[in-house]
Amino acid sequence: MAREAEETGMVTGSKVKKQRKKKVKENKTRIVHANILYDHAKGEENPNRHYANNKIKTTKYTLLSFLPKNLFEQFHRFANVYFVFIALLNFVPVVNAFQPELALAPVVFILSVTAIKDLWEDYRRHRSDKEINHMDCLVYSRLERRYVERYWKEVRVGDFIRLRCNEILPADVLLLSSSDPDRLCHIETATLDGETNLKQRQVVRSFFDLDCDFDPSKYNSIIECEKPNNDLNRFRGYIIHRNGRRDGLYKENLLLRGCTIRNTEEAVGIVIYAGHETKAMLNNNGPRYKRSKLERQMNVDVFWCVIILLVMCLFAAVGHGLWMFQYGDKRPVFDVLSPEGTDLSPILSAIYLFLTMIIVFQVLIPISLFVSIEIVKICQVYFIHQDMDLYDEETDSHLQCRALNITEDLGQMQYIFSDKTGTLTENKMVFRRCTVAGVEYSHDANARRLAMYQEMDSEEEECMSHGGTLTRRDSVTSHQSARVVLRSQSTKSHRRTGSRAEAKRASILSKHTAFSSPMEKDITPDPQLLDKVNECSSQLDFMRFHSQPMSQLPSDLSDIIDFFIALTICNTVVVSSPNQPRQKVRMRFELKSPVKTIEDFIKRFTPSRLTSGSNSSSSSSLITNRSSNRGCSSVLSSPSAESTLTKLDEERPARGLEHAFSPVPPNYEGKTWAAEEGELRYEAESPDEAALVYAARAYKCSLVGRLPDQVTVELPHLGKLSFELLHTLGFDSTRKRMSVVVRHPLTDQITVYTKGADSVIMDLIKPPSTGKRQRKIVYRTQNYLNLYAADGLRTLCIAKKILTKEEYACWLQRHLEAETAIQGREELLFESALRLETNLQLLGATGIEDRLQDGVPETIASLRKAGLQIWVLTGDKQETAINIAYACKLLEPEEEILTLNADSQEACALLLEESLHYIQAKFLCTSTDQAAKTFHSEFAAFDIYPSSPPSSSSHTSPFTVHRLGLVIDGRTLAYALDKNLEDKFLAVARSCRSVLCCRSTPLQKSMVVKLVRNKLKVMTLAIGDGANDVSMIQVADVGVGISGQEGMQAVMASDFALPRFQYLQKLLLVHGHWCYSRLANMILYFFYKNAMFVALIFWYQFYCGFSGSAMIDQWYLIFFNLMFSAFPQLITGTLDKDVSAETLQQLPQLYMNGQNSEEYKPYMFWMNMIDAFYQSLVCFFLPYFAYADSDVDLFTWGTPITTLALFTILLHLGIETKTWTWMNWASITFSIALFFTVALCYNASCPTCYSPSNPYWTMQRLLQDPLFYMLCVITPLAALLPRYFYRACQGTLFPSPVQVGRQLDKLPSETRRNILSLSRVKVGAQLGPKPPFLSLLKPFPKDYNHKDQKSFSNSKTAQGCQGPVLQMDNVGKSHQKGQSSPLGVTHSKKGLSDPYTFVSTEIDTLPYTKEAPGHTGDWITSTPLLTQGDSVQVTLPPAGGSQCVTYKRNSEETPGLDHTNWNISPFF
Amino acid sequence: IAAMMASSYNAKEEDGHHSSGSSHGGAGAVKSKKPDNTAFKQQRLPAWQPILTAGTVLPAFFVIGLIFIPIGIGLYVTSNNIKEFEIDYTGAEVSSPCFNCAKNFSWNSTTSCNCSVPFTLEQPFESNVFMYYGLSNFYQNHRRYVKSRDDSQLNGDRSSLKNPSKECEPYRTSDGLPIAPCGAIANSLFNDTLELYYIHSNGSSTAIPLVKKGIAWWTDKHVKFRNPGGSNNNLTAAFQGTTKPVNWRKPVYELDPSDSDNNGFINEDFIVWMRTAALPTFRKLYRIIQKKPNMTPTLPSGKYLLEVTYNYPVHSFDGRKRMILSTISWMGGKNPFLGIAYITVGSVCFFLGVVLLIIHHKYDNRNNSADIPN
Repeated sequence: MAREAEETGMVTGSKVKKQRKKKVKENKTRIVHANILYDHAKGEENPNRHYANNKIKTTKYTLLSFLPKNLFEQFHRFANVYFVFIALLNFVPVVNAFQPELALAPVVFILSVTAIKDLWEDYRRHRSDKEINHMDCLVYSRLERRYVERYWKEVRVGDFIRLRCNEILPADVLLLSSSDPDRLCHIETATLDGETNLKQRQVVRSFFDLDCDFDPSKYNSIIECEKPNNDLNRFRGYIIHRNGRRDGLYKENLLLRGCTIRNTEEAVGIVIYAGHETKAMLNNNGPRYKRSKLERQMNVDVFWCVIILLVMCLFAAVGHGLWMFQYGDKRPVFDVLSPEGTDLSPILSAIYLFLTMIIVFQVLIPISLFVSIEIVKICQVYFIHQDMDLYDEETDSHLQCRALNITEDLGQMQYIFSDKTGTLTENKMVFRRCTVAGVEYSHDANARRLAMYQEMDSEEEECMSHGGTLTRRDSVTSHQSARVVLRSQSTKSHRRTGSRAEAKRASILSKHTAFSSPMEKDITPDPQLLDKVNECSSQLDFMRFHSQPMSQLPSDLSDIIDFFIALTICNTVVVSSPNQPRQKVRMRFELKSPVKTIEDFIKRFTPSRLTSGSNSSSSSSLITNRSSNRGCSSVLSSPSAESTLTKLDEERPARGLEHAFSPVPPNYEGKTWAAEEGELRYEAESPDEAALVYAARAYKCSLVGRLPDQVTVELPHLGKLSFELLHTLGFDSTRKRMSVVVRHPLTDQITVYTKGADSVIMDLIKPPSTGKRQRKIVYRTQNYLNLYAADGLRTLCIAKKILTKEEYACWLQRHLEAETAIQGREELLFESALRLETNLQLLGATGIEDRLQDGVPETIASLRKAGLQIWVLTGDKQETAINIAYACKLLEPEEEILTLNADSQEACALLLEESLHYIQAKFLCTSTDQAAKTFHSEFAAFDIYPSSPPSSSSHTSPFTVHRLGLVIDGRTLAYALDKNLEDKFLAVARSCRSVLCCRSTPLQKSMVVKLVRNKLKVMTLAIGDGANDVSMIQVADVGVGISGQEGMQAVMASDFALPRFQYLQKLLLVHGHWCYSRLANMILYFFYKNAMFVALIFWYQFYCGFSGSAMIDQWYLIFFNLMFSAFPQLITGTLDKDVSAETLQQLPQLYMNGQNSEEYKPYMFWMNMIDAFYQSLVCFFLPYFAYADSDVDLFTWGTPITTLALFTILLHLGIETKTWTWMNWASITFSIALFFTVALCYNASCPTCYSPSNPYWTMQRLLQDPLFYMLCVITPLAALLPRYFYRACQGTLFPSPVQVGRQLDKLPSETRRNILSLSRVKVGAQLGPKPPFLSLLKPFPKDYNHKDQKSFSNSKTAQGCQGPVLQMDNVGKSHQKGQSSPLGVTHSKKGLSDPYTFVSTEIDTLPYTKEAPGHTGDWITSTPLLTQGDSVQVTLPPAGGSQCVTYKRNSEETPGLDHTNWNISPFF
Repeated sequence: IAAMMASSYNAKEEDGHHSSGSSHGGAGAVKSKKPDNTAFKQQRLPAWQPILTAGTVLPAFFVIGLIFIPIGIGLYVTSNNIKEFEIDYTGAEVSSPCFNCAKNFSWNSTTSCNCSVPFTLEQPFESNVFMYYGLSNFYQNHRRYVKSRDDSQLNGDRSSLKNPSKECEPYRTSDGLPIAPCGAIANSLFNDTLELYYIHSNGSSTAIPLVKKGIAWWTDKHVKFRNPGGSNNNLTAAFQGTTKPVNWRKPVYELDPSDSDNNGFINEDFIVWMRTAALPTFRKLYRIIQKKPNMTPTLPSGKYLLEVTYNYPVHSFDGRKRMILSTISWMGGKNPFLGIAYITVGSVCFFLGVVLLIIHHKYDNRNNSADIPN
């Protein structure tokens, strides 16, 4: 009734709108008739014929349309248009520089490479489409009068399809019939929204009461519904029956394509939307196209190239004009007239020449660069995919790169925004401890069990990290496989990757249900509590037997039993049995719908009924009504239900009071249950719920069945109890709690069980005046709650409330009003819930652990060392978030935490202001003094947690990151994100080491990311796993999705999908770094290469009257880039590793290289340009002078120059190549061989062709000329001398961190391992946060200001005297180690001791030290040598008088203080 | 050079065994997506990792220096042993014997002008002496000039002979007849005649025999350039229906009437001219003075007279005309540049090597000991 009222409300509401926009509305609906009403042959009569069929086609092209369409798309790229323009320019006779056909070659080549790539991608899409289109489903056939197998693509709108359990829906289907007695159909929507819990869908209301066999042939209604749209959560329409009755259709009636039918044996529906019009397909957006930072930077330089090109052309044009002008009227013989025989004026000539030069110099704009970048990126993506370390064996999934073109962005990240639940944590909730009635049950055994799991993980991790050698690795694999066997059985299924092609496989796998790893399920009960439960229930049993009132139970015992009942029933968990997954486990003892009307209530709760025990008429009628339905459906449930009913009837007279209690005769049901009980599975909407239910089950309080109106619980001794479920007040984020209203079968009281966040429940507890005991319980529970929170557990409070019938009636009255209200129903229901949930009696609290994922703290620590700022944005409550933050080492115990909680705009402003002042005051020395500031930022590598990268300092003054944590809640965040406050907020936030935003909404998450990205101009990465992270993922520069438990939605929105958070480390530190440095180097090299080659021709213009002539044969000119010099750079761009993966992971500091864009800075472009011009000068003028005033002809002179340029370019690449594999050698050899082969063939092929050069036999003759060889030796050497020399000096004098890392790579593997393992030991031993030798890795900005250098070096010296002293023990220890090591005598000694010499003299390695006068420093720092917890900046102002020592700590423990003083004292 | 760097192959430990899916558990039926553990896919290919530091590149610099300097000296000496004599006969200056010829001369003049330029060779020229003519400021490499030819026509293709390529415009046809050879290059053929006389001490002069064949590339003479009508001796008939280039005095088949093997398109002076020079100042081989069989020098020192039939105007572009006599070595004509370049680069390398050595000793020693113990 209520629903109908709601419908009418909606109808009237929409009618108003309809009248307003009637015409538009008309077009906005779709009318679906059943296909069987129409003859298949006469298709044109079918009113559904206009709707899309179910065949999907995601391909872009057909065979015919491919060429035009692809070309059209490619011409959207500006570069392509430009090159086509140039090619066409060649067809104009006055300006043409090359043979027109030849000039087309590069453009055609580039276009065809891209086209082939597109074609291949399209083919793959075609194949996957085909696979999907040819899946089978059952469609009702008019001819055969039964369901027949059809391909998906043959399904049309209006077809009836029959769906069986675990089938995937082929189209959007309106549910008309279900084998479920409740007319429900369960679906899993994981592929759509990623939620793995089951959702219920209802049969259309009109078909609700039909016979179980839905007969399509009798169907003759018409469906009118919305036009296809992509809103998954919205569907509206009507079904109009022949008799004119209209029924509303809602999203509850619609089954969406791609979902999987679960727990329902069979369902029948009519197809409403098919193929591309299904909501799933409309939601399916193609891959994302982002432009990486590097590419943006590159585009700037491409623009500069254009400018250089224009300048060069202009120069040549002016030069040509002047050259023409000097001859005046005396036309020299070599100045050929235009074809028409007319004389060109110098100015006109110059203009024509300008265009010609654009053609000649076109190579300067690196046409092949775009293609090369694409190829390299594809290869990079391939290698990332192939990385074993990014493969998760448990889920058999590896990293997915969904955005193919931003791999290098991974190497430039500065801020990471992370979700918490499911990203940092496993989202596997494990019951850890609980407190009932003020008594704590610590569940030690459970903790031990969990520790065991943990141990197994960490052990494996250990092996993984050590796994360098062959033997080691073998052991790892065996270990892993062992673990997989253990775990895979239960967890494997529910994490899955989302490609459509896998849908099939997934459906097979996912027979298991969510949240059910053994870790979550097997809970070892606390013996003490278990005893109490047993005692309690046996007492209850006894009391029941003796018909004593239940209230006589001791209150602590009753609390315990209530506590577990609450855990068991206060949820929305669905029970299923694994053996018959399609069948809900049900024990229908009594059939009653939830209380819907007052009359119903009165009927059901009249004392007469309660005492007499006779069935009310209403319920009995219901039974008869229903049981007739059931006759043809359920297999398992009906006999038991029926028999129970009869049993009930028999027994009721005897035990009138417990009318709803089922005694469960052992001879009948006991066996069945016993066999299945252990395997019951719970499907919960949230993992917490499941965890609690499993916990309760460990205490033998198992949830065995749930129906809309009843929950069945099995208790020890008592057997099965059925609770009549009167109301469920679902969870919402405002109330932060949920409640169920049940009738307790034992006491027959109406009881409210409430479960919710502690902060809320505690406020709703009955005022403690009621009793000393209660007060004590509340007090104690609160204590334990704090304890739990400190342990990082998610806390929930359980409370109950007993309603008298009068109270209930009173509340029900208004609740029903609220339910039936037309307007503001939501608010009314909300208020109604509030009214109910008051004066609760606290039962207890639970602590649930959301386990951190493996390796999260380590990952966070190393990412932070890499200079990444990590912010956690979570929807969780503040306490939990902080605890998890501590657990994953995001916050350190010693760290001071700024907590911002404000409840108004002004308060927030004030808070921010205060925090800013506070920070400034605290860190006065560093934040006010300019010198100190630079010092600090330059000292980045010495700091444990380096300050924000200097690159950002170009925009704003350098901010130092302090050892502060900022915690802000959602509400305050909303104020802080206001326009007026955002700058202040950022100022505060960026000076904090870690930022934690709790209780933030998805929108806020994305706003924070956007704010940081736009205001700070930094590269941001967002990582998350759930739907609530999608917006954040989309906003960030790089979005990473965790393909975890919460399914695919985040993954779909992401650029990269990882199986685990842990892998982020390798993805960023190794692959990101590599991708970035490879691409950056390749791009720079490309610019250099093209400029160098073009400049050769430019210099020649001075010797050919600026006539646009080229000494390089046009074929060489055009194919030089495409063929001769293309392969080595691709190989280097794909395979070059500047530092090995091991070193990159062990020294996260190297990541800053990418953050600061060290590999590709704007000045580097110009340096490369200058180098290119220098090299081309050498390559031009050496042959020029060598052949000056000789009888050499144009192309015999030009060919050596081409050869030289090739050699120079390849050798240049050689200098820039860091690792030479056989592929590098092969590619360079191949390039050279290719050039000579092509040249020889070309020069021998045709004596009369290839005008104008006609290079017949040129190369052959050159090869006989010793001069050619002499030139080939000297020119590349002379050209590369400066670069080679510079690189050598740089490698010695001011090596970049990366170079030092590379030197580390060169160490023998044992030595390196020793150094790196030592560093780990040291971190663990708290001796120093970083191995001292890392200090070498200080990023040395080349443009470092000399003024600051002095103070810098002074401070270095100051530290220098301190360094060895402090590290002495390390050194000593390591020497001992080295000597006792069983390695070869001399070698090992050297290998082991050398690094430590290296270590102890670290300070000297900095070049400035030598030059700087070393005495007592103006600045003294001891930062890196302190304990981890302290950040101490000790500065002595240059005046030397007053000292300013700032250090801070806020943890309770103080041992570090002495330490600190000890560290500082030598200097005062 | 790269190989000289003091670095070694650092073949990293890598497990070459290809662990296939079968080794993992019993779930072999389900195809695992586990990536292959191959060195290539895991990016662990054995690699040589040179690190460029002062220490490692030092030897390379010294080695280069030590190799280059001797080569440079060798080249320099070789070049210096080449004898070369050059005389300018442009006649731009009043004092020049050819001044009169140069003054009032243009392409249109029909009569030839002769002048004699005396010169003295200080040293005798041994072995074969090559006689070049040199032009300055002549932009034979001008873009439109270079293109202005028809290679098919020069190859004796009959259809091209009658219908030359449009690249030859505006020197494609003249008075309705196709020009053979067409194009600007052919049109501007160098047509001075140079003759050399040795002035004996008694004042009498002997003509020095100048060989005019063998000056072009063999492939040009025998493959690229062919007369129409093949070996048919009647060139006049073969060129029937074509006309001579505008600036020419005589048609192509009369270039060397005395020798049918040097006439028409395969005239070697013509072939040499058609090979366009790379730079605006160039020389082209004109004649060869064969070495004498006995021990006497090819050109003994003494006085000579260069008889010039002055046909070629260079005044319009301020060009210069030269006659060059030169012997050649294995590396061509006289050009000390390459030797000097080698010596310079070698010295610079050596010098930089010393600099690096200093740097290495000052800054690199601890690095060296630390990172490369081997």
